Amino acid sequence: MSNLHPALIGLISGGVLLGALAGLVAYVTLLERKFAARLQSRVGPYRVGPHGLLQPIADAVKLLLKEDLVPAEADRRIFNLAPVVFLVPCLLIFATIPFAPGLGVADLNIGILFFMAVSSMEIVGLFMAGWSSNNKYALLSAMRAVNQIISYDLPFIMAALVPVLLAGSLRLSDIAAAQEGLWFVFYPVIGQLGFLAFVIASVAAENRVPFDILEAESELVAGFRVEYSGMKFALIQLGEYAHVLGTSFLGALLFLGAWSGPGPAWLGPGWFLLKALGIFLLITWVRWSFIRIRVDQILQISWKVLLPLTVLLVAATAITIVLRGASGG
Amino acid sequence: MTDADIRARIAEFPDAVVGAIDAAIVVTVPVAQWAVFARFAKDTLGCTYFSFLSAVDWKDDNLEVVAWIDQPDSGTAVLMRTRLGVGVTTCPSLVPVYRGAEWMERECFDMFGIHFDGHPDLRRMLLPDDWVGHPLLKSYAVDTPYPPYR
Amino acid sequence: MSAPSPMPADLNPRLVKTLDYTGSERLTMNMGPQHPSAHGVFRAILTLEGEQVVAVDAVIGYLHRCHEKLAETLTYAQYPSIASKTDYVAAMTSELAYVMAAERLAKIEVPKRAEYLRVAVAELQRVASHCLWLGTWCMDMGGALGGGATVFLYCIRERELVLDLFESLTGARLLYGFHQVGGVRYDVPEGWAAECRKTIDLIESRILEYEAMLEDNTFFRMRTEGVGVISRELALDVGIGGPLLRASGVAFDLRRAQPYSSYQDFDFNVPVETAGDCFARYQVRMVEFRESIKIVRQILDGLPEGPISSRPGLKSVAQVRVPKGEMYARVEGPRGEVGCYLIGDGGAKPYRMKWRGASFSNLAVLPHIIPGHSVADVVAIMGSVDPVFGEVDR
Repeated sequence: MSNLHPALIGLISGGVLLGALAGLVAYVTLLERKFAARLQSRVGPYRVGPHGLLQPIADAVKLLLKEDLVPAEADRRIFNLAPVVFLVPCLLIFATIPFAPGLGVADLNIGILFFMAVSSMEIVGLFMAGWSSNNKYALLSAMRAVNQIISYDLPFIMAALVPVLLAGSLRLSDIAAAQEGLWFVFYPVIGQLGFLAFVIASVAAENRVPFDILEAESELVAGFRVEYSGMKFALIQLGEYAHVLGTSFLGALLFLGAWSGPGPAWLGPGWFLLKALGIFLLITWVRWSFIRIRVDQILQISWKVLLPLTVLLVAATAITIVLRGASGG
Repeated sequence: MTDADIRARIAEFPDAVVGAIDAAIVVTVPVAQWAVFARFAKDTLGCTYFSFLSAVDWKDDNLEVVAWIDQPDSGTAVLMRTRLGVGVTTCPSLVPVYRGAEWMERECFDMFGIHFDGHPDLRRMLLPDDWVGHPLLKSYAVDTPYPPYR
Repeated sequence: MSAPSPMPADLNPRLVKTLDYTGSERLTMNMGPQHPSAHGVFRAILTLEGEQVVAVDAVIGYLHRCHEKLAETLTYAQYPSIASKTDYVAAMTSELAYVMAAERLAKIEVPKRAEYLRVAVAELQRVASHCLWLGTWCMDMGGALGGGATVFLYCIRERELVLDLFESLTGARLLYGFHQVGGVRYDVPEGWAAECRKTIDLIESRILEYEAMLEDNTFFRMRTEGVGVISRELALDVGIGGPLLRASGVAFDLRRAQPYSSYQDFDFNVPVETAGDCFARYQVRMVEFRESIKIVRQILDGLPEGPISSRPGLKSVAQVRVPKGEMYARVEGPRGEVGCYLIGDGGAKPYRMKWRGASFSNLAVLPHIIPGHSVADVVAIMGSVDPVFGEVDR
């Protein structure tokens, strides 16, 4: 394998990852639906395949077969391009995540910086979708989205800085390796608070309830994606779930020790997946339990509460490290 | 104000004919006194709760506008009514007195064609804006066709 | 008759209350008749400045079937089943208003057992209606794919239990045809009382759960406190009713102020709050759940024996000749005052029937209170006003 051209290795591993990702995202939607159903004292998808296991495939086929509508007054090129611009960053964030020591598409030494930068690019796709739809609801939603995601990316980055400082490196595999002894989430106070801030900020940055004011179905009827149907809608859904999953993987890596767990080393990716799904289920649980809050309240929480707290947290982490370095070695 | 007080004050109102439905007081006033009585009822008698306003088409006996108001403290109910003249389809509006009359009068206009003087925004309420005719008048047949709605 | 003209010019709706121009661009947005949280068919033309609503024009009439004209063509025996289609969520109280008006005008006596049964179903209907209100309100605020749907499904589960009771009593889940002039049509079947007790015990315990879930939730409080405040003076002036009125500080409940149909025999409280915001309306309705359950328990404990109608058998479908006169019968429905103003002319059909729908008056308050709030609050306020468009449009 190692005598193949590096570009070819990259291509193959990227392809494998994309394939695995598509399958994972599809089945994560089923997981969410089953989980939500149990919360609501019902069963969830049940009939398509045994216990609904073929539901995601049925959904994919349905979306492929739907008519692809473009509103008459919409800006065609941007309208068609927007789902792609939305999707690509959401898939690209997986490139830097190592699933096991040495098993990743591109283990950049600025791994987490790349992740953060690229995941913010989806705002562009989102706004393109909202603007080009020629629909007031979509426009309103897109404006709210830009506002919200930018506001919450800052605490998100700050919260992610805590493990970076503790590990002393931006490379994701280094951060994971630094948690061999103790997961960062178990660090007294800093770890827990950091994890909490990370989860809250990521829920908001992904437009999940209770922060999903931008697609508030009961007010804005699906928000920026209201005019999309068929495969383009599927791409947007894929992008959203991929982003949630990507942030869950990142959270598992930064705070929950990535692939470390009892048992032999080859079980590592399995543990990683389990932890990521755990965070995903936590986010889902919150989604199906809370009502959403207004956009001005969301922004207040971000700027007045979360950002100052995360900045303080980073400062505290830095002080801890200096003190530890001064006392320990 | 107690129930007895209200009845006494209403009896003193000029040109008012007083009757009863169960425990409610029925007051018939001429059209010119319609808004005046409403203002009197709200300010002096304390009938601040506005229940509804409607109209009745008495065919040869012309149109009649009725309104029901309540005094929430003593539980007194007053039904005020006024008979419009022959062929008359205008009536003073109660909107300056009771804000609830706004939608009720729009509905009366819609259904009976009564024009309320002083109403800020008199347009059709329940029927489409381009409907011709006023359905609740006795002269409007139940099965009047109106394309494309029926 | 010529073809109707194209869509009417509603681009310049006249607005009840418009806030002063602050300089930013104004956008006219339609929260159209097809909308997930319109509670039915309702069109609100919102004028927005940024996120803030500065004016609302409410357009109704999408469900207009002209009940008032229809009533002039149907006899007193035929119409009660149709009356339930005005407030279709609380059909029992709707039928009651019409039937009471006809009975009072014709001076027809109603047996005691029938009166008690009427009160029992009216209170059970109130419980079912408030279950639906809570579920749909939370769903509006929380999203059909989100926490709101969870509360919705729990409340619907409870509502189905009450509807099962109604089904075993009348045969229908939603629109009953239970009342008739002179009494009620169906008597309670075997085991209904026991089933009823079980159901209301269960619902009472679940209400505690919902209260804990919602009132301890900061997000819920943030969304509902201080939102959509209706002042006492506005409430009385516009003529809103029910929980909206009582949440604004007016202790006016028709079951207490002008008792009808044997309500004076029962012991219950009328909750009153003074804040006038969405949270106050929520609190009033939550207490009303419990009070209704209390009344139903009292009825089940003391249901008198006797006939269920003073016009039994064939007479129940025969014509009722109501003498000349007028009558206004009002009922405290879950949404407020449901009233039937009936003018009889000695025949078998009314001369004029005016239906006072509670939601029509309740909705009239929206253009006064919404300006100044943001778009997200519009759904919270509409949900707490709880309109049913069968009553609004008739």
